[in-house]
Amino acid sequence: MFRIIKKKELNPTVTLMEVEAPLIAKKAQPGQFVILRTDEGGERIPLTIADYNREQGTVTIIYQIVGATTRILNSMSVGDCLQDFVGPLGRPTVTEGKKKVAVVGGGVGCAIAYPVVKKFHEQGTKVHAIIGFRSNELVILEEEFRSNSSKLVLMSDDGSCGEKGLVTDALKKLIESGEQYDEVITIGPLIMMKYVSMLTKQYGIKTVASMNPIMIDGTGMCGGCRLSVGGKTQFACVDGPEFNGHEIDFDEAIARSDMYKEFEQKKQDEACKLYQKEVS
Amino acid sequence: MANTSMVKNEMPAQEAEIRNKNFLEVALGYTKEQAIDEAKRCLQCKNKLCINGCPVQIDIPLFIQFVADGDFEAAYQVIARASSLPAVCGRVCPQEIQCEAKCVRGIKGEPVAIGRLERFVADYHITHGAEKQIKPISNDKKVAVIGSGPSGLACAGDLAKKGYSVTIFEALHLAGGVLVYGIPEFRLPKAIVQKEINSLKELGVDIQTNMVIGKTISIDELLNEYGYEAVFIGSGAGLPRFMNIKGENLKGVYSANEFLTRINLMKAYEESGATPIQKGSKVAVVGGGNVAMDAARCAKRLGSEVTIIYRRTEKELPARLEEIEHAKEEGIKFKFLTNPLEIVGDEKGWVKGISCQQMILGEADSSGRQKPIPIEGSNFSIEADCIIMSIGTSPNPLIKDTTEGLATQKWGGIIADERTGLTSRKAVYAGGDAVTGAATVILAMGAGKNAATAIDEYIMGSREG
Repeated sequence: MFRIIKKKELNPTVTLMEVEAPLIAKKAQPGQFVILRTDEGGERIPLTIADYNREQGTVTIIYQIVGATTRILNSMSVGDCLQDFVGPLGRPTVTEGKKKVAVVGGGVGCAIAYPVVKKFHEQGTKVHAIIGFRSNELVILEEEFRSNSSKLVLMSDDGSCGEKGLVTDALKKLIESGEQYDEVITIGPLIMMKYVSMLTKQYGIKTVASMNPIMIDGTGMCGGCRLSVGGKTQFACVDGPEFNGHEIDFDEAIARSDMYKEFEQKKQDEACKLYQKEVS
Repeated sequence: MANTSMVKNEMPAQEAEIRNKNFLEVALGYTKEQAIDEAKRCLQCKNKLCINGCPVQIDIPLFIQFVADGDFEAAYQVIARASSLPAVCGRVCPQEIQCEAKCVRGIKGEPVAIGRLERFVADYHITHGAEKQIKPISNDKKVAVIGSGPSGLACAGDLAKKGYSVTIFEALHLAGGVLVYGIPEFRLPKAIVQKEINSLKELGVDIQTNMVIGKTISIDELLNEYGYEAVFIGSGAGLPRFMNIKGENLKGVYSANEFLTRINLMKAYEESGATPIQKGSKVAVVGGGNVAMDAARCAKRLGSEVTIIYRRTEKELPARLEEIEHAKEEGIKFKFLTNPLEIVGDEKGWVKGISCQQMILGEADSSGRQKPIPIEGSNFSIEADCIIMSIGTSPNPLIKDTTEGLATQKWGGIIADERTGLTSRKAVYAGGDAVTGAATVILAMGAGKNAATAIDEYIMGSREG
């Protein structure tokens, strides 16, 4: 069993959990993910690894409460055990051979962008972090990003923190001011990654986007996580989760991501009712 | 007194119109009387051709003799000497092209119903005779088995019986491989798989779930750091194949693997299931194998109108005859000589149909089968709000990519000696779909058993590894 040893609310909808999983902690690399099930009968969901501690044998996940499963996950406390925790899956981020990079994160995606930023920083690659949130109360990991990058630009949709505007505005400004990046890595909502990729394509900057599609097994069996990259079908779980942002068919990925929206809504309502019952 | 009937004893089954709405087992199995009567059809030939038709060489006439005598437990012991999963094989083996194909009774009339008898004997043992397995004396030697499907279970079972300390590493949260995620409940009840797995555990086999070998632990680590003296790879078939036609990534298009996994492993058919599934009102399944039949019959049970699209004729369908007949009885429609050209979607990215082309059979190709050729101008559409692509799989890359020196075929299958399962790596053996590509449960089991013998000989020093 996989014991939860730390739980911390990062903002009203985003929570950090440290989970005891020594074998995964030993192997985990930035960019990889785990699949978890909260309980017997639960759904298998993929979550990107946000951090790991090889000595303590722990893996950190950061999740946004979006559906029934993350709601159930969030009802668990320190000391509780997750039913299943599998990984590390997917290919790690390729961090070698780059002098200067920009990492563009959005919302809860910043949780995944952070270990990538940290790895670049630790190996001596100059890294600029551009992180965006809807508003001030949703900001996560600001200090961690600041101390692990040579430049941090914080953006918000409403201007309640950092600069008002989109991450693409900030990235464009940096590129226009003469910053030369070997690569841009982008992690966040699909629509954001689409626009980041469109922007960098104009400047011919290699761009990697981290995809987090619907998955079941996560080991290359079901094919549910497939997406079109450069006109070819790729499987995010074994070929990714990172792909060339200039080649990803984002519109298709966006369409596929809401396949179970209705079902999710129904399950979430049920989970809410259940929760309310327990409270009252 | 021998039974001279030309036909098999029918196996009782749920009525088609009832079973196509539930997930309970379709075939209900022989009664004692039916089994004994059927067993008496066996001529006890001197020249036991049926045994040659069995990939694991069960002494078929002997077990049938015991059934005829009413000693069902003795019959079970005969089967169990050769097969690790009798209750499974009695249900899913393609007997009509194996043992039963060789049966002398089949020359004039129907062969002896060997499969149904095997199933009867195995079920009898489970409900009556099942004594706890006795854990053999340990020889203190560790073997790792990757994957808990048919080949892995067979390999682990045989090694455990020889005293090896065996650990099975399973990537999913539940052991059984294709027996739990692939083959549906109505064809192979999961309780039966669980019983077979429990009896392996009684033999001392340790099953570690949530272990993705190649990711969580590598094969080299198993051998060098964890102290396993040999490894058997039974990781099964891998990535689903698609046709690479337009529209395959629309919402509502599944691989058969995904559709079946959602239903069988994740119990998406239960109202309380946490895992979603698209219950189409009109479902089209592309392909003609057992997996296609399974997917079609699952979809039917979810309340859909189901059509199977296959590019050759009924005669060439690769699925087992019984599955095809069951599918037809349950109201599944077949569109033969039909080849999909494009999957069509609506403005929201949901599938709404599949455009196809009519084919005719031309000359035989290199596989000896007549090649389907399109008929010009014969395009037509089939309406569907869910499409299941069931055209096979290609091997999983995880182990190949993380195991240096493990030779693979061009198409990705692991290269292994046909007789022993030995790969290009010392002490590393492989078998089942990971080697052959998608095949049958019994062939995988046979490969697992052969590898177990070879691993034993290697560790005991009488064979090069």
